[in-house]
Amino acid sequence: MSRITGIGLTPFGRLPGLSTLDLMSRAATDALADAGLERCEIDGLITGYSTTHPHLMLSTVFAEHFGLRPAYAHAIQLGGATGFALVMLAHLMVEAGAARRILVVAGENRLSGQSRDAAIQTLAQVGHPTYEVPLGPTIPAYYGLVASRYAHAHGIDDHAELAVLMRANAARTPGAHLSEPITAAMVRESKSIAAPLRLLDCCPVSDGGAAFVIERDDPARRGPGIRGAAQAHTHQHVSAAASLTAFGAGDAAARALAQGGIALADIRYAAIYDSFTITLAILLEEIGLAPRGAAGRLAREGHFSPGGAMPLNTHGGLLSYGHCGVGGAMAHLAETVRQMRGEAGPRQVEAPALALLHGDGGVLSSHVSLVLENGR
Amino acid sequence: MSPDGTLPDWTEGGEGLAFARCRSCGDIQYFRRPFCPACGSEDLGVEAASGRGTVHAVTVVARAPSPDLQAHAPYGLALVDAREGFRFMAHCPPEGIAIGDPVRTTFRAFGTGLVPFVTPENHP
Repeated sequence: MSRITGIGLTPFGRLPGLSTLDLMSRAATDALADAGLERCEIDGLITGYSTTHPHLMLSTVFAEHFGLRPAYAHAIQLGGATGFALVMLAHLMVEAGAARRILVVAGENRLSGQSRDAAIQTLAQVGHPTYEVPLGPTIPAYYGLVASRYAHAHGIDDHAELAVLMRANAARTPGAHLSEPITAAMVRESKSIAAPLRLLDCCPVSDGGAAFVIERDDPARRGPGIRGAAQAHTHQHVSAAASLTAFGAGDAAARALAQGGIALADIRYAAIYDSFTITLAILLEEIGLAPRGAAGRLAREGHFSPGGAMPLNTHGGLLSYGHCGVGGAMAHLAETVRQMRGEAGPRQVEAPALALLHGDGGVLSSHVSLVLENGR
Repeated sequence: MSPDGTLPDWTEGGEGLAFARCRSCGDIQYFRRPFCPACGSEDLGVEAASGRGTVHAVTVVARAPSPDLQAHAPYGLALVDAREGFRFMAHCPPEGIAIGDPVRTTFRAFGTGLVPFVTPENHP
């Protein structure tokens, strides 16, 4: 087993004057301090990517900048699934004995480092360069197509309650990008972006950074343990998806749970990727945390609220804490660790014994699930 | 107009929707590669699709990915299940089209080239 012994999470939002390396450094500094470690005690470094700092070797660019000389360095690119993929690789490496203490770090000035048009255009390029991008789709359009199919299957074309819940959670979280309260009516009346998705169904583009220290299990060290980690990759482009209602999330989550011999019914906290309300609804349902077609209803009934049966993204998720790229989903893990430690302040729920985390990249095409057990 | 010089294909500026069929296993591909992703065979036949199909998913892009394309917004985008057994992305009218509708395909200028444009069969 591996343990998460340190977390670092910057505020998300508009943070002018900070570069990718600045944000990564701030998060890494906080994670090392939290773990009580010095730079020289880190022997592995795993980073993501940054659209504002494209580089062939971001891991070693960061190592030099931050002052690390790791025995292993690696940068991963897996879209929105990257954050949890970094954690999974660190987990596998320390379990295999290839490294002892790995720093996992990501950051990006995705909002301040480029124009909003440039950000939207860069992200749209994940479409097929020949068969999709020339038609002018956007990331919301890819998910709008998925949402249309969901509406066709279930007769439900909005998940405003999920956006309202994420905003309410963010209002209790220092550093959240968006914290002004919203109502379901406001979500339904916000301007259309890619039907049926409206502005408040979409996460914002943010600046931010996040980091973790992941170590081999050691009786002298404290922190939540990673009991399972699994991936599934079913396609890349939405035109090539075998189904727009069934993806690889359920498969990845089931294998991650099976590794730890843990039943879904034993999970007490969920941290699920929420780039759009439809993303969150589909992932919750596919993983089995909500019946098909029922994610919105359960949210409305309080099931996913901090006081409900399955607290969800209590920091506000991508939809309201914000989305800075690779670091976006890492905030879900930082929050899960805080909840397990009992350090979540006014939004503290009963410290969960077991949590399930899930990230997706592309258009619900790349999936990473993690199962966390509360540490000593 | 197509890579093998015989069939028009919108990806190369022609008014046509081409696909490839594997002569070894029969697998159909719309995203063209020089081999069959199902069996690995390089023996592929390129065919012209009828442009007839059924709407599988549909959205309306109100916020285009770039300022030059924003002039066209709102525009409809659909995933269409072609009668020949592949799925393709196409433009469509922003209104009056729904999942399950049978459609036919024409081509229209968009951005720097031509794109497939589907309309319901029952429209004039």
